[in-house]
Amino acid sequence: MEKKDKNISAMSTPAIGEAGFTGDWRDMRPVINHGKCIPSVKNKPACYLCWLYCPEGVIKTGIPVEIDLNYCKGCGICAEECPAKAITMVSEGG
Amino acid sequence: MAEVQIMTGNTAAATAAKLCQVQVVSAYPITPQTSVTETLSQFIESGELKAEYVRVESEHSAMTVCISASTVGARVFTSTSSHGLLYMHEQLHWAAGSRLPIVMCCVNRGVGAPWSIFNDQQDSISQRDTGWIQFYCRDNQEIIDTVIQAYRIAEEVYAPVMVCYDGFVLSHTMMPVCIPDAEMVASFLPPYKPHTILSPDNPYNINPVLFPGMRKNSAGILCDGYMEMRYKLQEALEKARDVIIATGIKYSKLTGRDYSEMLWRYKTDDAEVILTGMGSIATEATVAVDQLRQKGIKAGVIGVRVFRPFPRIAVQQALKNAQAIIVLEKAISYGFEGALCSDIKAALYGTGINPPLHNFIAGLGGRDVKAREISEAVQASLTEMKNKNAQNKTIWINCRK
Amino acid sequence: MPENLFKINKEEYMLPGNRSCQGCGLSLSYRYALKALRENTILTLPACCLTVLHGLYPTTSVTIPCLNCTFASTAASAAGLVAGLNATGKTDTTVVAFAGDGGTFDMGIQALSGAAERGTDFIFVCYDNEGYMNTGTQRSSATPMGAITTTTPILTKEQHKKDMLKIMEAHDIAYIATTSPAYPIDLYDKFVKAKRIKGTRYMQICVPCPPGWGYPPRDTVKIARLAIETGVFVLFEMENGKFRFTGRSKSLAEKGNRLPLINYIERQDRFKKISEEQLSLLQKFTDNKWNEYLKKAEG
Repeated sequence: MEKKDKNISAMSTPAIGEAGFTGDWRDMRPVINHGKCIPSVKNKPACYLCWLYCPEGVIKTGIPVEIDLNYCKGCGICAEECPAKAITMVSEGG
Repeated sequence: MAEVQIMTGNTAAATAAKLCQVQVVSAYPITPQTSVTETLSQFIESGELKAEYVRVESEHSAMTVCISASTVGARVFTSTSSHGLLYMHEQLHWAAGSRLPIVMCCVNRGVGAPWSIFNDQQDSISQRDTGWIQFYCRDNQEIIDTVIQAYRIAEEVYAPVMVCYDGFVLSHTMMPVCIPDAEMVASFLPPYKPHTILSPDNPYNINPVLFPGMRKNSAGILCDGYMEMRYKLQEALEKARDVIIATGIKYSKLTGRDYSEMLWRYKTDDAEVILTGMGSIATEATVAVDQLRQKGIKAGVIGVRVFRPFPRIAVQQALKNAQAIIVLEKAISYGFEGALCSDIKAALYGTGINPPLHNFIAGLGGRDVKAREISEAVQASLTEMKNKNAQNKTIWINCRK
Repeated sequence: MPENLFKINKEEYMLPGNRSCQGCGLSLSYRYALKALRENTILTLPACCLTVLHGLYPTTSVTIPCLNCTFASTAASAAGLVAGLNATGKTDTTVVAFAGDGGTFDMGIQALSGAAERGTDFIFVCYDNEGYMNTGTQRSSATPMGAITTTTPILTKEQHKKDMLKIMEAHDIAYIATTSPAYPIDLYDKFVKAKRIKGTRYMQICVPCPPGWGYPPRDTVKIARLAIETGVFVLFEMENGKFRFTGRSKSLAEKGNRLPLINYIERQDRFKKISEEQLSLLQKFTDNKWNEYLKKAEG
């Protein structure tokens, strides 16, 4: 028999991807040039302003910096705020 | 041991809340309810009752406080009247949709415009469809007993309960009331067990947006949509009938006062004419029935204690031998008839019980309605009912037309 | 690089794959507010953009417990949570209400004023995106003069923004702070501080909204920064009535080098119909408020 939930009132539980893979919303993709990206260049934890300003929390503060493209909505704030101009927004279509 | 005290309906309500050891009280003053909250303030500030009292800036906030305090696991109480109840309207739906066992007294009062501070039942009747269980009390004893039972019922079916009683007629009238002792109430009413407790250990998002369709959760289980949630509320109120009766029987055994039915009866065994109504007007009808019986008319009274869930089967059984029915109401659904009248007719539909039925609209805005006026109107109706075209009508009692 | 970036709580309480718009100023602000508030917090929200961000039943994008409430009831909902937690002996949980400007300046003001007057022990956060953005950009009392909204489509808003901060100041509450997503560390620090303080705390965040304000999503931080640089939004704190500028606003106050308002206005489509007269009135309004703050800072 089909399993039924026992909730008598509406209460949600937390999970990643409530709206699905929001990476699908993107028409521009952020691409990091690790030759310019400060943590990669200095080879130590530094800068991370992209992480700081990401409204989605999809950027990882490692070396190199990584962006989770499954959920990145492609807003482009990271590219705008990168002091080294290491991130460019590239068309998803191209 | 239970003791008898002379008290007003409002003191009876506040005393009941105290006996139920409510943990959060939130209310706003409005006539004729005000002294309920004043009495509770006295209980709480003196330390007689250990509870949080949130003295809010509106009734909308009073019901909101009850909703969120109940969500984190507290037993809550509030009371209001008239415009206060109407101002809560949105929150009444929210409380029922959240399936919270909030108990509220509604001290019935007329609704403006124009202003009236006096009694009728337009306020609570107009909240009929909010998903609350509604009780109507006939005297102050019933107020204290009903509030105590209300918590047990609410916390079993997870639906809010409104205990309604007539403003001034009961709220400000002194009557002897047998106060159940605290141990008895404690044994009757188990501690509140919420269906969900919102806490940092349970990071739920309660009452989010639901789409029309059902949706899977992260464990892959297909969860309810909005409509299923609504079905469950309806199911809970339907099921509440059995809970109300079982609770009433249990309470009757402990107190010796009979709450075993959703209706009460007065001289109905041989009655051919049944007067029915809710609250103090039904009590008034018992006096009218005595007068009618002196004139040789076999009349009786069915008092409706519970309006939602509507006691459909009980009404059918109680009215099956009636040759004439009079429904007395202190409210009306404008453009048609009284809501209780419509519901009684709906309950009788298809049963073959089809006697003439007159709907008396009486006592709006506190207009006095004496037993004699009721009995005279009943006699006039009985004469009129002989006419085939006058077997189903609404009559305004004691009103210049 | 900001050295204090590494002190920020690394845990994310707002999960990826949520329903906020691209470049949402609220989403960015909320991420840091939740990091600062962290565990042992209960949220309450009215119907607003955050309802959408929190997600559709039966899944939520936020790992902190939350009670949704009706529009007018946010602060009362928080008061009920506080009362219920006290009554059940759970006194170490912080109750935080989040509402937009509609739920604060307009419909929520009565319950907020009541809760503040009672000294309810909670944080009320207004994320101010200057309009009813969740219903598609209608005018609110927080909308600035000269802004186009769908309910001021031709004439633009003809009145100035309501000064909600002054209203809250008049309630003599424990803590008032303003924050901006352009300065996430300042925002974070203020929320950390607010969590430690007892009594009513009021926080207002200036939250740029790409679709509502009419600018590309990539510019959210730039617009938020320009709001501070021009003084249209001012970063400050008031603790027990004592005012002090903070962060970028502090150095602007010291150096007196605020940018003209036009630098902020010209980047947003919502101001494309602003008249010369409105612009000058808006500049004067901004200057007057700024001067009021300077006086307050002098003490």
